[in-house]
Amino acid sequence: MSLLEASRVTKRFGGLVAVNNVDFTIPEKSIVSLIGPNGAGKTTFFNIIAGIYDPTAGEIDFHGRRVIARPKRAWLEPILWVLPALLVAILTIGFGVEGRSDGSIILGLALTVLALMVVLLIGVARPPKYQRFLVRLGIFKSARPNDMVVTGLGRTFQNIRLFQNMTAMENVLVGMHTKLGSTWIDAILSTPRDRREEAAARVKARELLALVGLKGRDDQLAKNLPYGDQRRLEVARALGSEPVLLLLDEPTAGMNPRETQQLTSLISRLRSELGLTILLIEHDMRVVMGISDRVTVLDHGEKIAEGTPDEVRRNPKVIEAYLGTPPAEAPETETPATAVAGTTGPVVEGSES
Amino acid sequence: MLSQLRDASDSHRSLTIVVAMAITTILMYVLPGLPPLSVVQGSNIWYDSFANAGVFVLLAMGLNVVIGMAGLLDLGYAAFFAIGAYAYAYSNSPFSHTDLPFIPMLFVGAAVAGIFGILLGAPTLRLRGDYLAIMTLGFGEIVPIVFLNLDRFTQGTNGIGGIYRPEPLPVLGAFSPSTPFNYFIVMVVIVTVTMILLYRLQDSRIGRAWNAIREDELAAAANGINTVTTKLLAFSLGATTSGLAGVFNASKLTIVSPDQFLFTVSFTVLAMVILGGMGNIWGVAVGAFVVYNIQVVFLKSINGIIETLGIPAFDLGPVHVNLAKVPFSDYQYLLYGVALVLMMLLRPEGLFPNQRRRQELHIAEEFDEGEQGEITGAMGAAPGAAGDAGGTL
Repeated sequence: MSLLEASRVTKRFGGLVAVNNVDFTIPEKSIVSLIGPNGAGKTTFFNIIAGIYDPTAGEIDFHGRRVIARPKRAWLEPILWVLPALLVAILTIGFGVEGRSDGSIILGLALTVLALMVVLLIGVARPPKYQRFLVRLGIFKSARPNDMVVTGLGRTFQNIRLFQNMTAMENVLVGMHTKLGSTWIDAILSTPRDRREEAAARVKARELLALVGLKGRDDQLAKNLPYGDQRRLEVARALGSEPVLLLLDEPTAGMNPRETQQLTSLISRLRSELGLTILLIEHDMRVVMGISDRVTVLDHGEKIAEGTPDEVRRNPKVIEAYLGTPPAEAPETETPATAVAGTTGPVVEGSES
Repeated sequence: MLSQLRDASDSHRSLTIVVAMAITTILMYVLPGLPPLSVVQGSNIWYDSFANAGVFVLLAMGLNVVIGMAGLLDLGYAAFFAIGAYAYAYSNSPFSHTDLPFIPMLFVGAAVAGIFGILLGAPTLRLRGDYLAIMTLGFGEIVPIVFLNLDRFTQGTNGIGGIYRPEPLPVLGAFSPSTPFNYFIVMVVIVTVTMILLYRLQDSRIGRAWNAIREDELAAAANGINTVTTKLLAFSLGATTSGLAGVFNASKLTIVSPDQFLFTVSFTVLAMVILGGMGNIWGVAVGAFVVYNIQVVFLKSINGIIETLGIPAFDLGPVHVNLAKVPFSDYQYLLYGVALVLMMLLRPEGLFPNQRRRQELHIAEEFDEGEQGEITGAMGAAPGAAGDAGGTL
């Protein structure tokens, strides 16, 4: 059974088609890799899955439920927000006219303001019930990044985005945000529930740090950690939300061979021990070919190949995308990169935006 | 010894705050009767200014939640102060023919301001940085103007006067203008409780979420934090604290009028937060207290002090200088400006900085020092350094 199913996903930025008509499935408990040259649209596709961009076309189902698609009738929602307040206002004016006292006018105003506040709060917080209500009205809004985390998706970033001035422990605790239930009222009253939960969370966070190999570094500020450890901390933070699907955006970029090796074994352990499904963007072919069950290749926003690592390695289209066409056909082709797909790595990539 | 004390205060924070505030209160009770302070003004006037300073301490602590913790620049903070004050004026004045009890109204006024915080925040908190600042600035201007022009309900420029004094307290007796001690004690209690609650919030899941949003909003969202509601909570809790201060202030001055809530109030509170040390709750509170007392007490009495010290007038070249005649309190904002510029140059993190902020602001210096060592290190370990360089691109 597939955990995530993307069909005909397209994303245009103005005239640029970053992702074009991509079909993509991630089977449960598998490691799937997404590769391609720089600017192929991998990270854009990733960001669509993570809820950061709305796709221009196409849809994504997660756990068999439609979570991401082009918004439908979204303009109706603001009208929906104003409607109840308007109703209250009309009603209070209707009742207030007879009395004509200042008191009734002020009361009417206050009630209108309250109604507006309640509706705005619900609209901004978007609880599941409200979203189901919207769907019933035919309004569809794509899931936002935090909604995706609640449904079971964790991610890391290509250029590390840790909370630099927070400790390693606090970073993981932020990652566990959705799994902690204490509200601000619990916090200011310092209820037993809040204290218990906080203590348990710290134990859990320490376990996660130990799992990724950062034992004893709890109190170090994230920015003071060595580069490889920062990458690992990002993985620990993503694991905090107990995801089902983990998206790793170039987890080994800029690592030395030993660190890369450690991270690779960590990734396969995440699947075998925690039963995670993993989607990987990676340029280091040894990593990709070593641990992936399936590999998908994107080029210029289009899917050009898909299959097991061996199939992809032999696919002529893939070789062409990475190395260009053979000189006989296109003599002006640039010098091939040192890396041949599937044989050597790493192809280090700068920032892709 | 010191570190042990620090550990103990970390694990029993609420108790520490109560003890610290108790000691401060005793000092504030005793010191005005002793020479340096008693020369300036009488004890009762000191208590009065302490209570007034408390209003600004509350405002600064509230604004600190919005700016220091969640990183939202709010330039219209006085609007919520005004809303709290007017809410109390309606509930307790001859104008509205009502006389509701003071203590419950503290909560009601705070709640009303909080509701307006939500109303303003809900549609606007998607904006970031400068845009949000301009939005709040606009709101801060609109609110006093509304109170000014809605004269049927607010008596316009005259404001709502004759607000009733609060009902007598059990032990301390009646509130009256001549004995401001009651207000002082009530203020100390409010500040203590607010401080305890804010510290608890800061150390909680919510406080961490605010911090994360301040650091990197996208990463915070990608970790499951609903950034809009979390920011909204910070915004409305800030507004609530401001409303609390507004109720207290209205009850103490017994009058509210639009000119009490101009932009200068928002600006003053912002300056207090920055001077005190953004993000550090007690630092901000001390900053507000000190700034208020310098601004209102020290600048006013500086001429008197010079006279008592007997510094004679002297000639500085062609200029005749008589320090006793210089109107220092007129130069309030000039001195403010100078102080702010000096602070930004010498100690940008504020007087009592939050540890984190301090590191953020001094990162450049650390980098300058660290770089020299790193270059030599990189020569010896080329592969690792090359990897790092690739990663930081």
